[in-house]
Amino acid sequence: MFQSQTANSSPMPVEALIAEIDRADSAASLLAAVRTLAAARDPAAIPTLIRVLGFNNPGAAVAAVGGLVGIGKPAVVPLLEQLDSYNYGARAWAIRALSEIRDPRALEILVGAASDFALSVRRGAAKGLGSLHWTDLPECDRPVSQQKALDTLLPTTRDPEWVVRYAAIVGLETLGSNLTAELSDRLETIATCFESLEREDDELAVRARASLARGRVTRLLQ
Amino acid sequence: MQPSSQVDAIPAPSMTIEQAIANLKQTEDPSARYYAAWWLGRFRVRENAAIAALIDALSDDRDRSPDGGYPLRRNAAKALGKLGDDRAVSPLIDSLSCHDYYVRESAAQALEELGDARAIRPLVKLLEGGVEAAVFVPGKPHLVQPYDSVLEALGTLHATDALSDIQPFLDHPVPRVQYAASRALYQLTGDTQYGDRLVRALRERDLQLRRAALMDLGAIGYLDAAEAVSETHAENSLKLIALKGILEKNLDTDAPHLDSAIVEVMQYMDRLL
Repeated sequence: MFQSQTANSSPMPVEALIAEIDRADSAASLLAAVRTLAAARDPAAIPTLIRVLGFNNPGAAVAAVGGLVGIGKPAVVPLLEQLDSYNYGARAWAIRALSEIRDPRALEILVGAASDFALSVRRGAAKGLGSLHWTDLPECDRPVSQQKALDTLLPTTRDPEWVVRYAAIVGLETLGSNLTAELSDRLETIATCFESLEREDDELAVRARASLARGRVTRLLQ
Repeated sequence: MQPSSQVDAIPAPSMTIEQAIANLKQTEDPSARYYAAWWLGRFRVRENAAIAALIDALSDDRDRSPDGGYPLRRNAAKALGKLGDDRAVSPLIDSLSCHDYYVRESAAQALEELGDARAIRPLVKLLEGGVEAAVFVPGKPHLVQPYDSVLEALGTLHATDALSDIQPFLDHPVPRVQYAASRALYQLTGDTQYGDRLVRALRERDLQLRRAALMDLGAIGYLDAAEAVSETHAENSLKLIALKGILEKNLDTDAPHLDSAIVEVMQYMDRLL
């Protein structure tokens, strides 16, 4: 995501955009207002975008997640701090945003989300856990954190829902390509996991994705 | 993309198979019968006694809805579609002439699932009169026949002899029926013009229509649609299901060969997770 030219040169200050969201009297005008605020990529918009996650309006929530992901790191602490006060839907959207921002401070939340009861939350968490920006962590903390992600993702490849298993494979593949030196031997564990999924999973799509991931990881092993 | 609507539904089987069959066979409690019929399909109970009781239920006269429908027959037809037993084909064909529209719809869908060519001719019969006859029943939310289910079934059943019966429905005023015709004609001819019609439907203003087109493209596995599917304004969960259909239809079950088009489909899927 990058800042668009129009957003940068927008004559509308963020306060005015926020006021538009509060004034919106239809789903369409709300969506338009959230999209504009999201495009501003302004950290001042964070509390309002987080508030939109709880509006029970999927279109607006998608736009707000996009805005929070675009803002990135500054949104992480506000998202984490308010997580417990969210209603169920808002929490799912917040976890989705955290998965996509990829900040390792979300590790614990994503570990928990990988066994959430809603499959879309598990799906997002599984992909997010594998693709955290590990280099944001001090070097000494990386092995423990990556191990935790690995310990969560391996059992997630046995989730009852095919799409969660598929996401766990994608997460493991990304994690495998970014393992810190201390954990380099875990790459074989990951490859073995892909091999058995390729053979045994009930769903052809999952077997195919495991096969692709196994090929990629095996190339790293050589 | 409404996370709250994607809650897992894996109810524990709280009944035994014997109980479910007994519940279906008794006649005192209609709601227990109705539930048992659903349950036997949901948990894929392929025992002879279950099949026989479900087939009996297709001619049940006791369970009637206020508008004269046959709720138990609807559920029994749905369950028989899931159980894959040939003995159900002939009774389901009889159900295609039931007075209850929803029984006919469930029977057409079940016959599609059973994949038996004996159903082709009776299904084509429901298209009689063509588009002119395919009007709404006054005061009801449905047409005189379950055209979309019938057309979809004919596509799945490789009813190439029915091409000229299906073709006119491309111009039916109801979009859902047009899509079903496109889907069937693509399956029967492999002609990309029909797949492309469904791709265009992904840009409809109505979300329900975009969702329907997504499911149709997934069902026919139209590879050229992968990118358009991934960019459709709809829930990621539905787009993932459609792309899964496309992926699987284009893979060899025994030795999945991952060519570049296949890898591309998976890349679209990866981005939607």
